[in-house]
Amino acid sequence: MPGFGPAMGFTLAYMGAVILIPLAALVLRPWTLGAEGVWDVVSSPRVLASLRLSFGAALIAATVNVGLGLAVAWMLVRYDFPLKRIVDAMVDLPFALPTAVAGLALTALYAPNGWIGQFLAPLGIQIAFTPAGVVVALIFIGLPFVVRTVQPVLQDLNPELEEAAVTLGAGRAVTFRRVVLPALMPALLTGYALAFARAVGEYGSVIFIAGNMPMVSEIAPLLIVVQLEQYDYAAAAAIGMVMLLASFVLLLIINLLQRYSRRWDER
Amino acid sequence: MTKRLSRLLALPLIAGALTLGSPAKAAEPDAILNVSYDIARELFAAINPLFVADWKHKTGQDIEVKQSHAGSSRQARSILEGLQADVVTFNQVTDVQILHDKGKLVAGDWQQRFPNNASPYYSLPAFLVRKGNPKALKDWDDLVRDGVEVIFPNPKTSGNARYTYMAAYSFAQEKFGGDTAKTEAFVKKLFDNVPVFDTGGRGATTTFIERGIGDVLITFESEVHAMRKQHGEDKYEAITPSVSLLAEFPVAVVDGVAEKRGSQKVAKAYLDFLYAPVAQEVLARDFFYRVQDETVSKKYAAPLPAIRLIKVEDAFGGWDKVTQEHFASGGTLDKLFGQR
Repeated sequence: MPGFGPAMGFTLAYMGAVILIPLAALVLRPWTLGAEGVWDVVSSPRVLASLRLSFGAALIAATVNVGLGLAVAWMLVRYDFPLKRIVDAMVDLPFALPTAVAGLALTALYAPNGWIGQFLAPLGIQIAFTPAGVVVALIFIGLPFVVRTVQPVLQDLNPELEEAAVTLGAGRAVTFRRVVLPALMPALLTGYALAFARAVGEYGSVIFIAGNMPMVSEIAPLLIVVQLEQYDYAAAAAIGMVMLLASFVLLLIINLLQRYSRRWDER
Repeated sequence: MTKRLSRLLALPLIAGALTLGSPAKAAEPDAILNVSYDIARELFAAINPLFVADWKHKTGQDIEVKQSHAGSSRQARSILEGLQADVVTFNQVTDVQILHDKGKLVAGDWQQRFPNNASPYYSLPAFLVRKGNPKALKDWDDLVRDGVEVIFPNPKTSGNARYTYMAAYSFAQEKFGGDTAKTEAFVKKLFDNVPVFDTGGRGATTTFIERGIGDVLITFESEVHAMRKQHGEDKYEAITPSVSLLAEFPVAVVDGVAEKRGSQKVAKAYLDFLYAPVAQEVLARDFFYRVQDETVSKKYAAPLPAIRLIKVEDAFGGWDKVTQEHFASGGTLDKLFGQR
């Protein structure tokens, strides 16, 4: 292929400047504390609790979004209904909305005196200011990732394949599981990974709805901000580094799953 | 085609570079930047035009005062990282001190360069309660009763809440005659009564007023009265406790920047202006801060009753010490706030 040199040079320079250099700075920063100091920061109960919440809530939210996102994408691709264009455009709103606005709006809805919260409160269910609120916020911001990755693949998926399966005697469930799902699997996993990655690092929208109770509803990015507030850059970078590592491992696993599912698909 | 496409793609890049790269005006200081804390936006929007007119009257020069507002620790970090602030007007002594300690941007004796520890106005943590004060909350020890819900932001992220923490702590210290165990139990009980920790003062106000959560909001007295004025004096009541903590609002010229920009004179004049009766009047009348000017102070004393104020220096041995012992990682605050 012609143009390899400039393309490669551009890619490396761009990746270096935009991704690698900042990440290297992040990974190098904490060690002024010494290995022991870094361990003390990241193994404190409060940091561990926040990491559990951040990753746990992000995984739950991404999982929910895969289901919801697939349903929305299916609806948008397979059916015609009035105002379809508008609904389609609405899917992108969580991308466009400043996250703080999203957080405030969700909190207003789910607070015990809010539109939705007031009906949940008598049932003893509280969403805002609990870990459940964190999940709700993360579902909101993650949905477009799944819809937008699945939608084009679904559009390319020929309905004749499904018709063929039906004529061969497969029921709806079998057709979905054996014909549709394998074709969508790589896209679903990509959507899952994107929604998850976005959710782990989310700060703006979560901070309003979480309630930020130590050990209960504090997300890890908040503890990074807390460290920065006391001018402890190294400790902040230490927590950041752990989040980076954990995210990297999880994304790697998702990538491997994706390759596996593609191979399975080809067979 | 490809050429056109690439040109099309290059356009936003060029536009982006232009916006990012537009140089800040240097040399001739026809504008100064006041970097300030979050909730002072309206305050300085009211004061700046008065200064601009005053400066024009005195020197014949046109000057513009630009404002930047965010949490004051974040603002201090931005300045350390290169934000070209001519003056800072913060709500925490430590955030000015760090500009000296980490960047030598502010003179070591900055607190002596302006009157009253370089604090042209001050306030204190006070209470905002709902109409009729149904839980009869009058003082700090009412707040630790069972079933009282207290709202204030997270002291780890909010300077406002650090004052609340110190006020409650020093109240308990006096009450229990310096018994540390009892004092800490008191403060821990206070934390246990907080259902939501917002990251900043305005967030806590929203939780209390818009979300309807909590029996009492603890925030700066100035904010208590401003919120009451804005959201209905018939719906909320302001409570001044028996004793509170002196919250200074320190100002400083950022010498490191002002020298380079040649803006020292106007920067100093701007901060001096905050002590002038005109500005003090605005601070007291419209924003409910307590001010140093005695005539102004007397004129607007009505909503701001006399109160004994404890100083950080007296109760905690100074900002350095309280930061180290209470607010640093693993300090007393973490001990009381982390374990729930």
